[in-house]
Parts: sequence; structure tokens; C-alpha cells
Amino acid sequence: MALLEVDGIDASYGRIRALQGVSLRVEEGEIVTLIGGNGAGKTTTLRAISGLVKPTKGAIRFAGDDVLRDTPDRIVRRGVGHSPEGRRVFARMTVRENLELGAYTRTSKAEIASDFERVLEIFPRLKERIAQKSGTLSGGEQQMLAMARALMSRPKLLMLDEPSLGLSPILVQTIFGVIREINARGTTVLLIEQNARQALGIASRGYVLEVGKIVHEDTAANLMASEAVRAAYLGGGAA
Amino acid sequence: MTALSGRNRTRIGLAVLGIVLLAFPWLDHNNSHIDFLANAGAFILLALGLNIVVGFAGLLDLGYAAFFAIGSYAYAMLASQQFGIHIPFWIMLFVASVIAAIFGILLGAPTLRLRGDYLAIVTLGFGEIVPQTFLNLTQFTNGPNGISSLDQPSIFGKSFGFSATPYYYVLLVLIVLGILIAVNLQRSRLGRAWMAIREDELAARHMGINTTAAKLSAFALGASFSGLAGVAYAAKLSLVSPDQFQFNVSVLVLSMLVLGGMGNIAGVIVGSFVLSFINSFLLPQSTNLAHAIGLANVDFTNYRFMLYGVILVAMMLFRPEGLIPSRQRKAEFHEAMADPTLALQEQSEYEGAART
Repeated sequence: MALLEVDGIDASYGRIRALQGVSLRVEEGEIVTLIGGNGAGKTTTLRAISGLVKPTKGAIRFAGDDVLRDTPDRIVRRGVGHSPEGRRVFARMTVRENLELGAYTRTSKAEIASDFERVLEIFPRLKERIAQKSGTLSGGEQQMLAMARALMSRPKLLMLDEPSLGLSPILVQTIFGVIREINARGTTVLLIEQNARQALGIASRGYVLEVGKIVHEDTAANLMASEAVRAAYLGGGAA
Repeated sequence: MTALSGRNRTRIGLAVLGIVLLAFPWLDHNNSHIDFLANAGAFILLALGLNIVVGFAGLLDLGYAAFFAIGSYAYAMLASQQFGIHIPFWIMLFVASVIAAIFGILLGAPTLRLRGDYLAIVTLGFGEIVPQTFLNLTQFTNGPNGISSLDQPSIFGKSFGFSATPYYYVLLVLIVLGILIAVNLQRSRLGRAWMAIREDELAARHMGINTTAAKLSAFALGASFSGLAGVAYAAKLSLVSPDQFQFNVSVLVLSMLVLGGMGNIAGVIVGSFVLSFINSFLLPQSTNLAHAIGLANVDFTNYRFMLYGVILVAMMLFRPEGLIPSRQRKAEFHEAMADPTLALQEQSEYEGAART
């Protein structure tokens, strides 16, 4: 049984159809990436899984349960952590307060405290900034905080929306290294990216989304080798 | 170490303030002073309630007077000759706060999807609709004449009479209760959810916060405070009429929050006391003084709104976070300006460190 199964969902914003029959599957322990250009529907797909957008058709199952009608807070409780588009850290709160809010759905103080230590181990930079207002962090640090905050809900599945956006190449390397580490520690990852090369580099499988439809799905290695994908997303080909 | 720690100093300060407030009616026998303080107390209670909605949860409510009206009319209808129902004052405090909370949810529910300006405009509408409804339901409310000779509260068989002193004590107790509730709410899980919603509602939903429940709780709890204030105020005046709950009441209470420091309980109390003091004490007293020295045509109370305007503009210019700001608000108004450069500096610094 796959951890996450998205089965033929349609979603629209008013009259604009954002997703048409999108299906994807994430097995436990995998890193799966969803790549595609601007407006392809990557963020909408993640938002549908989180319950923030309600699909008009199709099914979403998480750990075998139908979650299509669940509210976003119930989906977080089920174990879906979502680091949103644009980071959305609580700028006027400290790093610590942000992380505490990440653990909002949880009740065991002891478990929260141990996870707090764990995420600071993964993100040592945040430990140095723990009492600082998160609005004063650099873009890279804010991205780390957004990921750490999502981890504080102890998700089974961590969904990351463009974690490399707007970061310098060196920081992108750091962030992708951390994603690999989070996965190695046992969290399944669904990653959406415009930086297809990096994303396919750490993922086991990938999906390519174009104007609301999945156009390719394969192992990361095959996608990386595919002419069509190379031409469109990896800057290969003649151009 | 002989110096007192900040915490102890605060405690002693509060104890002294408490004793002074308890003893005040014995120290000052002028009934008009007590009367003023009791009225100010009702407004402090209103401000504490609105602070839950606007200060904690960040939901700009411009129609808060509606709940004050609902609390007052609840007392007027259920504790007077109007329908021959005479529920005791003490029970009505509870009943009216529940009724107001229910209306808080009913009027809050349609606004859940609205934010910022749109929320403000819809609540403004509700603030107008409620007094209009009381005005036009003539068969129940006597329309513009209102409902008069409301029941006098009594304690241990002794009626409150027309003295303001018992109301002063009732409001003092209600305010202490209100402060305790507000402080605990702010520190609670719900309080953290409100803070997150205030900062970024979408991010709050990503954290697994049930924003619908949290926002409705803010509306309900905020409204319940004005239910209490409404009962006390109506009983004290022994009269309710629709013109007591106009838009200017909503604006007045909001101004109290802005002046004192939204989100900060001490700030809200100071802000509402200062505005009440200007409104019901300073302006009338200085008018009397002017009349006494022969300036018969002067009426300072007419300049009330001009004075509010000047105060609010001055606050916005010089101290937008209020007299006693909450930590969060202060950051909002001051650190925001320093942010971009700071963030850039950090970024380059970090990358520099990463390269080496």
C-alpha cells in the first residue's frame, strides 16, 4: 500500500481548471519529485493533498484512508507536513515560537521537546538563531525554518514547495543535502521544484506536470535521461 | 540584594492599586466620581472583549457595539416590566454573556472567509443592523423610546438603589474576572492559534490549526464580554434605547485599543480608562469650570470627536503600537522597517561563511 495515492483529481479556481486528472503515488520511505514550469499546477497538487484546495473529482488516500473530505487540520494530524510556497514563516515571531507552532497538533510535551532537539540537529543554523525574530533571517534560513517547522508536526510525509526558490547555488546544495538527510532519518518526501536537475538528483521517482496534467512519470534516472525532459526542464538539447 | 525584582515590584504595584480601587468609594464621597468610574468600568470590559477579537485574533471588527446592544437588550427584556419577566441580575450576567456569545458565532460565521477590509465592512454592517433591528421591533422593544425602569439588582435582599457604588464594585469584579480570562486565553493553545492566524492565516492552516473553530471562538468569547458589560450598563442606567449603541460606540472602543496598545491587556485597560476619562470627566468638568468663570457659550464636550481624532492621528504618527504595546505589535511597527537590509546582510554573511 502506498503512503499517498492521488487518483485522478480535478481542481479549479473559479472557472480556471488547474488540475485535470492528476494521479500520483508516493511509497513509504521514498523521495518523489513533481517537476514542471510556472503555472503547471504543482502547488495546487500539494494544496489539494493538504486539504487547502478541494478537488472536484478523484480520490486522495493517505495511509489507505480516504482524506478527500478532511479539513486541513485533520490532514496535518494524520501526518502530512507541508512547507508552503513562499516559506510563510511567522515573521514577527522568534524561531522558537515558529517551531512551537509547527508542533501545534501535538500534545506530548516530552515528544515535542525531543523533536525540537532533533530538528535543531538537522538545522544547526537555526539553533544559533533560536531567539531571533524569523523576519530577520536570511532567505536560506527562512527556508530552513519553514522545513523545520513542518517537521515539528512529526509528519509521515513531508511536502516541500520549491525549497530552492530564490536561494544562492551554495544554499541550494545545502538545502538538498538536508532533504536527503531528513529522508534518511525516515521521513517520506514529496518535493516540488523548478530546479529539475537538483530534484531528480535526490529523488527516486519523478512526475512531470504540464498545464494541469501529468505528462511523464518514471524513475528519476530515466527522466533525467529522457530527451523530452532534458529539452524542457534540464536546459539540455540544442538550446 | 535589597532591590526588588521586576516581578515583585509589579505585584506590589498591583496590590496597592487593588487596595486603592477597593477603598475608593470610602475615600471619595462624590457620587459623580463613582458614577464615572462605573461607566468607565463598563467600557474597560468592552475593550477587553474587543481585544480578544481584534488584538489577539487580528479580526478587525467595526461593529462590536452590536454585542453590547444584545447584552443590554437581553437584560431589558428579561428583567423588567416589558414582558413581566424578572430574571435576577446575577443570573442575567451569565445568560446575557451566553446570548451574546451565540450571536458572536452567528454574526462571525458569515465572515469566516473574509479578511482585512472586507471583514471590517461586513462587521460594520452588522453593527448597524443590530441597533436598527431593536429600533424597528417596536412591539418588543418600544422602538426609539427604548425600555425603561429595568429591575434594580439586589444583593442579600438589599437593592442597589440609585447609588453608583454597588455597580462600581460589580464592574471591578467583572473586570478582574475578565483580565484573568484574557490572560489565560492569551497563554492557552487557543491563544497561540489566534496569534498564528493574526500573523498569517494560511500559514496557520498549514500548522494544522482549525482556523474556523479558532476564529469563531474569538468572536464568541469577545462578544461574551460585551454581554456582561451590557447587563451591568443597562441595569445601572435602568434604561436601554437603540441610540446608545451607534457606530461611534464601536469606534470609541476600537480607539481605546489603538490608544492603549492592541493585544496588550494592561495597555487596553489604560487606553479605555484614558478615553473614558477625557470623554466623561475631563470635558464635562472643564465645561462646568468654563461656565463657572462666565464663559457661558463654551461646551468642550462638542469637541470630543475632534480630540479623539487628534489623539489617534498623533498616536499613529508617534507611537503606532499604543501606550503599552504588546511585544508582537511593537515588532510589527518598528523592526519591520529595519528588516530588509538586515536580512540581506545576513544572507551575504551566511553565504560567505558557507564558501569558506
